[in-house]
Amino acid sequence: MNRILLVLMFLLAVVLPAAAQDSYLDALPGLAGGFGSQAEAVERLGASGDPRALPLLRALSEGQLRKRGTTILLPNGSDAATGQPADATDAETVRINNRVRSALRGALGRLQLVSISSDERFAAANSVFRSRSAENIPALEAAISRESVPRVRERQELALAASRLVAPEDAVKRQGIAILGGATSEDSRALLLEARATNPSLAGEIDAAVASIDSRLIYKRAAETLFQGLSLGSVLLLAALGLAITFGVMGVINMAHGEFVMLGAYTTFVVQEACRGIPWLLPWSLPLSVPAAFLVAGLAGAALERGLIRHLYGRPLETLLMTFGVGMILQQAVRLAFGAQNREVLSPAWMQGTLSLPGGILITQNRLWVIVFSLLVLGLALAAIRLTRFGLEMRAVVQNRRTAATMGIRTGRVDALTFAFGSGMAGMAGVALSQIDNVSPNLGTGYIIDSFMVVVFGGVGSLMGTLVGAMGLGVLNKVIEPWAGAVLAKVAVLVIIMLFIQRRPRGLFALKGRAAEA
Amino acid sequence: MTLSLTRRAALAGLGGALAMPAIRPSFAQGAPIKVGVLHSLSGTMAISETALRDTVLMMIEWANAQGGVLGRKLEPVVVDPASNWPLFAEKARELLAVSKVDVTFGCWTSVSRKSVLPVFEELNGLLFYPVQYEGEEQSKNVFYTGAAPNQQAIPAVEYLMGKDGGEAKRIALLGTDYVYPRTTNRILRAFLNSKGISDADIMEEYTPFGHSDWQGIVSRVKRFAGEGKRTAIVSTINGDANVPFYRELGNQGIKAEDIPCVAFSVGEEELAGIDTKPLVGHLAAWNYFMSVPGKPNDDFKAMWKVYIRNDKRVTNDPMEATYTGFRMWMQAVAKAGTTSVDPVREAMYGQKVMAPCGYEEEMHRNHHLSKPVMIGEVQENGQFNVVYKTPAAIAAENWSPFIPENASRRG
Repeated sequence: MNRILLVLMFLLAVVLPAAAQDSYLDALPGLAGGFGSQAEAVERLGASGDPRALPLLRALSEGQLRKRGTTILLPNGSDAATGQPADATDAETVRINNRVRSALRGALGRLQLVSISSDERFAAANSVFRSRSAENIPALEAAISRESVPRVRERQELALAASRLVAPEDAVKRQGIAILGGATSEDSRALLLEARATNPSLAGEIDAAVASIDSRLIYKRAAETLFQGLSLGSVLLLAALGLAITFGVMGVINMAHGEFVMLGAYTTFVVQEACRGIPWLLPWSLPLSVPAAFLVAGLAGAALERGLIRHLYGRPLETLLMTFGVGMILQQAVRLAFGAQNREVLSPAWMQGTLSLPGGILITQNRLWVIVFSLLVLGLALAAIRLTRFGLEMRAVVQNRRTAATMGIRTGRVDALTFAFGSGMAGMAGVALSQIDNVSPNLGTGYIIDSFMVVVFGGVGSLMGTLVGAMGLGVLNKVIEPWAGAVLAKVAVLVIIMLFIQRRPRGLFALKGRAAEA
Repeated sequence: MTLSLTRRAALAGLGGALAMPAIRPSFAQGAPIKVGVLHSLSGTMAISETALRDTVLMMIEWANAQGGVLGRKLEPVVVDPASNWPLFAEKARELLAVSKVDVTFGCWTSVSRKSVLPVFEELNGLLFYPVQYEGEEQSKNVFYTGAAPNQQAIPAVEYLMGKDGGEAKRIALLGTDYVYPRTTNRILRAFLNSKGISDADIMEEYTPFGHSDWQGIVSRVKRFAGEGKRTAIVSTINGDANVPFYRELGNQGIKAEDIPCVAFSVGEEELAGIDTKPLVGHLAAWNYFMSVPGKPNDDFKAMWKVYIRNDKRVTNDPMEATYTGFRMWMQAVAKAGTTSVDPVREAMYGQKVMAPCGYEEEMHRNHHLSKPVMIGEVQENGQFNVVYKTPAAIAAENWSPFIPENASRRG
């Protein structure tokens, strides 16, 4: 009898903890199977509560698990089932697809709801929001009761509401609907509409919640459209500013303007490559590129002006053809030097991702920086023209060349400097464009037409006109786009400008200058 | 490793490994065979087409290293149509009438192919076209070595609608504004309708070549996804507009788990200029990926590395199609015993080549290849992880059953 009891006790001692581990060990081989069985195994591991599951799933999501037959190997080379070192010959990486990745997100989210780091808890709440299941409700309720960081708590409450929405009882679902209806996001709206299809009895409440979200989304969308318009406008402004000086002030039709922008973008690439060797300098390669691009494009501009353009002053058609040819030479030269392939310019971390403003308005960081940068460049240009000796001489030469010359101003030198200054600004535009467009030899060709359009629309010779013109065209484009599509919006903007120029040939802000008198 | 070898010797070694019968090892008498190369080396398509020019030159060097074809040397005639569609027709005429080439490898965009088609038909030339396209075409002067819609677009959308692809119920069709995306999307719309997805659940938008401001479109896709059904993007965006498009997807936080995007014109080469970390899990459908395991692909990649002498350069699907087409043409010329177009065309039918994708591909009488369909997910290193492939090569349906006015031309 005693012996039997002992055996029983021994068995219990072995089996009980084993039972707790059962789900872990049972689920493990599934990770070596197809995507369907992997997803199922991931869900079971997430629910097992086994402490080994979290590092295992993390390693899986980072692509560090390997398999050999049905044996899963951890990154340190040990068998995931036994923890013992295992034979790893011919082991292959466990590959996952979107289906497994989405199961992983849910499972990891659930396990990380109690993480120490608030960022991880925030991400976990977002993951659980998407993977929603009624089984998550107790875990979320527990997490919310302990949570002290408001932004994490807010996400957790939304995640709880999303999980309640798929609970079996109608009363619980109603709680979820009420909270989701208070959010201002397309995600919540999508969840509610999804639930509407399966819960006809709750249709009334869901519709009310969706209507409440929609009423707030209108403002959000208007704000986003405005931002997108300003963002497009800032790109136009950057591209056009240099031209506003070379064409607007000096009256030179420079078809190679786009290529100076392209040179600026390639300078950014070269500076970044040069910074690669010095890790602490790498995040600063973009700010460093700004003066470098200004110098490179400015020198190229000065060379072009002294070498060719000055011989063609007063002959706009020849200037146009000649600069067009120079543009093509520059393009092909860059293609020979750097190859036809696009070059990758990395975005520093502070320029990636989105910024979330109150009201759920999402703003992409890189676009925000481009807007800021464009205004800085505009400020720089205005300051240079209004406040410096060079600006004074430049204005004097533009107003009356011969009188300026009699006052002792070396007009040839001023011409060269002005052209170099305008070209340098194009180079700075290239730094910004490297962040939102392709760094390829034909980067500039896409902007040359737009730049002329902005300068003519804003008023030849007026920097403020360029600012207003660029921002106006940007916003106009983005307002038309949702109805007409991207192609027709461009056409519509062009037609509007043509009509406008018919009424006001000198643009928004007409100024006097050499071009205006010509 | 190859430092002590010359390129030619290394290619000859590889040639031996690939074992071409019917090719004699030394040049006999006879004028060289002229091979036209009609790919854009400048302009917006240079990003994609330059690598194809290099592939043809590599194949010519490889063929010459083992004695040429019919004992005659191959000689390339390279022209640059500069991404300018009418210039394609001019350059094609120059190749055929002035340089008198025996065969031409060329074109990427469908608009360039449509532009050279009348020239090849008028002068009875022979064109090998290596890129996936919209179908609805069959010329006796063109061999299409890329995929038709049923070998790429339709299986990819089926995958998105299946369990592994996330059971998408709403589809956003985004494309560049020209003939290939518009025709493909017309076929896809009819296909989706036949699968019970109504027009209300389909969004269709086009952008110009080289479009760079994707904010509006990406946020409209987000809004489109906010209707409570699983949404996926099908992209027929071509050329370098893809870079800002993917960057915007990454910046607006659209993860592949939420809204997967499957692309038909984005391969390893196009991803080379993008930071792929935010894009992990987005998909591409092709008939070949550089990551495909197996000896045929290892040989192909080794051949490319030796030729291009740059470890960072990748291989992609249109390059593989160029390679396969070139070898088929060599076999057909050897079989026909001449390079004149009509006998070579007859000899082409039924030619088989073990392609780098790991399948044996066959040229059918409809001038299209049988090909396997593969779907890959973008990985952090810019390569693709193949998540689906057909068990066997599929024959092409160049006349789609989903375009009613042409459906009767099949067969």
